[in-house]
Amino acid sequence: MVEFNHITKKYGPVTGVQGVSFKVNPGELFGLIGPDGAGKTTLFRMLTTLLLPDEGSLSMAGKDVVQDYRFVRSNVGYMPGTFSLYQDLTVAENLNFFATLFGTTVAANYALIEDIYRQIEPYKTRRAGDLSGGMKQKLALSCALIHRPLVLVLDEPTTGVDAVSRKEFWEMLKRLQAGGLTILVSTAYMDEATLCDRVALIQEGRIMQLDTPEQVISGFSRPLYAVKGERIHRLLEFLRQLPQVVSAQPFGDSIHLTLVAEHCLPEVQASILQERPDAVTEAITPTIEDCFMDLMPATHG
Amino acid sequence: MKELAVFIKKEFRHIFRDGRTLLILFGLPVAQVFLFGYAITNEVKDATITVWDQSHDVMSRKLVTKILATDYFKLAGVAENYADISNGFRSGRHMLALVIPPDFARKFQQHEAQVQLLLDASDPNMANLLANYASGIIANFTRQELRYAPSNQIVTEVRMTYNPELKGVFLFVPGVITVILMIVSTLLTSIALTREKELGTMEILLVSPLRPGIIVIGKVLPYLLLSFLNAILILGLGFTVFQMPMAGSMPLLVLELILFIIAALSIGIFISTKTASQQVAMMISLFALMLPTILLSGFIFPIDSMPWPLQWLSNIMPAKFFIIIVKGIMLQGVGLEVLWRETLVILAFILVFTVASIKNFTIRLA
Repeated sequence: MVEFNHITKKYGPVTGVQGVSFKVNPGELFGLIGPDGAGKTTLFRMLTTLLLPDEGSLSMAGKDVVQDYRFVRSNVGYMPGTFSLYQDLTVAENLNFFATLFGTTVAANYALIEDIYRQIEPYKTRRAGDLSGGMKQKLALSCALIHRPLVLVLDEPTTGVDAVSRKEFWEMLKRLQAGGLTILVSTAYMDEATLCDRVALIQEGRIMQLDTPEQVISGFSRPLYAVKGERIHRLLEFLRQLPQVVSAQPFGDSIHLTLVAEHCLPEVQASILQERPDAVTEAITPTIEDCFMDLMPATHG
Repeated sequence: MKELAVFIKKEFRHIFRDGRTLLILFGLPVAQVFLFGYAITNEVKDATITVWDQSHDVMSRKLVTKILATDYFKLAGVAENYADISNGFRSGRHMLALVIPPDFARKFQQHEAQVQLLLDASDPNMANLLANYASGIIANFTRQELRYAPSNQIVTEVRMTYNPELKGVFLFVPGVITVILMIVSTLLTSIALTREKELGTMEILLVSPLRPGIIVIGKVLPYLLLSFLNAILILGLGFTVFQMPMAGSMPLLVLELILFIIAALSIGIFISTKTASQQVAMMISLFALMLPTILLSGFIFPIDSMPWPLQWLSNIMPAKFFIIIVKGIMLQGVGLEVLWRETLVILAFILVFTVASIKNFTIRLA
């Protein structure tokens, strides 16, 4: 449905995206996972005809995105990273406006958005700027869907949204996918990656790995441990200078640790307890984020 | 067409839901008209005068009475010496002083009388103006009292054509219309367009089948209409409150108004194609456009007395030509047979900025 072919985009001397290729199958929920500045927005803006690639080709539903930009504009639903509706218009006014822009009406496509829009309909006379983050997002999604797009492109839709609304949002995406929609979504939240069919881990404009979330996680070969304790930063510095430690990364209130070999664990545990008698070390299963951190030095090196 | 209609409707909602825009749109013109009409004026009224009458005879008293009988001057007090007078200037008690030397009545009959006028020239324009007014009254007095003009003197008879009472408001109304249209059309449209860029809504508009031309027309039409209403409002105030004359053709004035508004709008669109933030658009509109419009258009300072680089610069101000047109139509009652050159210049501005805007308007983000 969507095909990126050796796409490169430079901003002056800075390379935004470097030789990116991937395909998204029809009806797939595809995730671009990476930190801020990795190039996710640039990729989406090229797909939505807002930016031209410097090199490579890009197609949607078999049509060239650069040549047939009019076709793309009529058939893509796009939700930019920042809330991009009119804050001084009401919920209903925004929805009607975008429906008319795409030559359709709210009534004609109500069935598609009903599931989402019903939740904000009680507030339809309220101005969009006065909505909560979760409601804004539902409105933006309704507006992006109102013309029945072939492909839905969502740039960090859950950034700045509370945990409950995030969960709801992903449930909505799953339902839309079940309806046959192809969805591309980007996120900096690693935990959301497992909700996608396939993910591309992206860093500094390159794809580091592209696979199903399960495959990405099972590719993490070394045993992983979590160390919990006080004053994380000092503890981190201590762990990094131990010879048996390959990597130590802070994860919230704990540190994720990989070692040279599994048999080094008792020595390391002993050193930790000597330094911090209160620290707890336990074996854990890796997450996408661990995989991401693990891949990162490779691109640096 | 339906897209355009819904776009225009949306634009009007933005305008009417934003108090600041409304204030600029309708508060500013009214405030400016009254400010320029009443407060900021270079007409002389109640200028304070101190008299040092060393003669104290019938003739000197008559002269003083004559001067004070006008609206122009108001007695601030009397002086007994030059020290009084210079103190008066310093303390701001008076703006000018009249010194009548002794034996005025006798010398007057012998045609030898002299009086002295002292002025505070720290404001040279005002000093000049006051000196002219006072000299005029004194000359008038001489002619009346002697009942004939001195034979060796050429009598000048001045007639102020088109504005016999020298009302400043006749100049300010066209000036204010010009400045307001410049603000509303250029500033507000450039801000309205860059706001879409800044808030990210331009991204969504571009990723829609809507053609860029429709976006621009949809943005501009409401401001064209509101600017036109504004001009009518200012003209209405000029006619009713300040008794502006309307010597020429109203349809021609309306046509020229619309042309000038389109010129200002095209400049506003051009600015917005070059800038990404409302702040920058506002700075450019205000400082690169508003100030030169006010200063170099002949609205406040006469262009003829400017040094040549500024005179040359004034030629790239559409406002200069528009002010000439409005004054020509309203005060002189002339038509296109005289104003065709200025009208062509405004058309040229429209052409240049529309072409430049179209060339610069991108259908993408970068």
